Amino acid sequence: MAGSSTRQQIQLQIQQEKYKQLSKKYVPRPRYFYNVFKAFMVGGFICMLGQGIQNLYIAFFGFTEKTAGNPTVATLIFISVLLTGLGVYDRIGQWAGAGSAVPVTGFANSVASAALEHRSEGYVLGVGGNMFKLAGSVIVFGVVAAFLAALLKTLIQLFLGGVS
Amino acid sequence: MEYVIAFVVGGIICVIGQLMMDLTSMTPAHVLSTLVVSGVVLDSIGLYDPLIEFAGAGATVPITSFGHSLYHGAMEEMKQHGLIGVMTGIFEVTSAGISAAIVFGFLAAVIFRPKG
Repeated sequence: MAGSSTRQQIQLQIQQEKYKQLSKKYVPRPRYFYNVFKAFMVGGFICMLGQGIQNLYIAFFGFTEKTAGNPTVATLIFISVLLTGLGVYDRIGQWAGAGSAVPVTGFANSVASAALEHRSEGYVLGVGGNMFKLAGSVIVFGVVAAFLAALLKTLIQLFLGGVS
Repeated sequence: MEYVIAFVVGGIICVIGQLMMDLTSMTPAHVLSTLVVSGVVLDSIGLYDPLIEFAGAGATVPITSFGHSLYHGAMEEMKQHGLIGVMTGIFEVTSAGISAAIVFGFLAAVIFRPKG
């Protein structure tokens, strides 16, 4: 009796292995080059748009090359949130992959779409509580890394006698 | 020319993100966190500022510049107030981006209905 049950187990394992191999054949492979091309085009276009907005701020609102970055980012965020609200940005995102996720517009998109999605749970618990559900990890890791890096640099400068 | 450089450099940073998603099984959140941390690291060894000088918005629009701004704010305040400044200055430069995302995101939730 014991022998037959182990034999059954072995047969089951063989079947599972076969199934794994079979299913692997049908899982679609990501089309690397096409994905890279799409990410490059969309990401590049968003950055070029940013460059245009930055030049507008420099030419018409008296910002300098150094200070124009902030209003540019804010403007891009506004555009991105507007497109998210209209349902356009998510459609772009499905096509562009990282091309629309990596620029700062992707950050704004994740904030706005989380806020929209949880609106039905109320403004405090839904919108307020879930707004940074996706973007939160970016802020947390960015702040912790910046803190550690700045602390390290400060300590090194202190010990080497104010080389700043 | 300025626009071409911004396009190419920004595109390349997005391609790096895309490859991280495709070649490893990282989720977008992991990729973005990694990119932010690399922005901090690149800035702390003095490489990100030359990149911005060269590429303009190609370097300031991708999320890596968020890390760069966080580090910059901390270091600026540190020069004025010492070690405490690292804490007080961290959001100094990124304030515009985060405030804009919160305000516009909230307004969008008030105005728009979720799609799909």
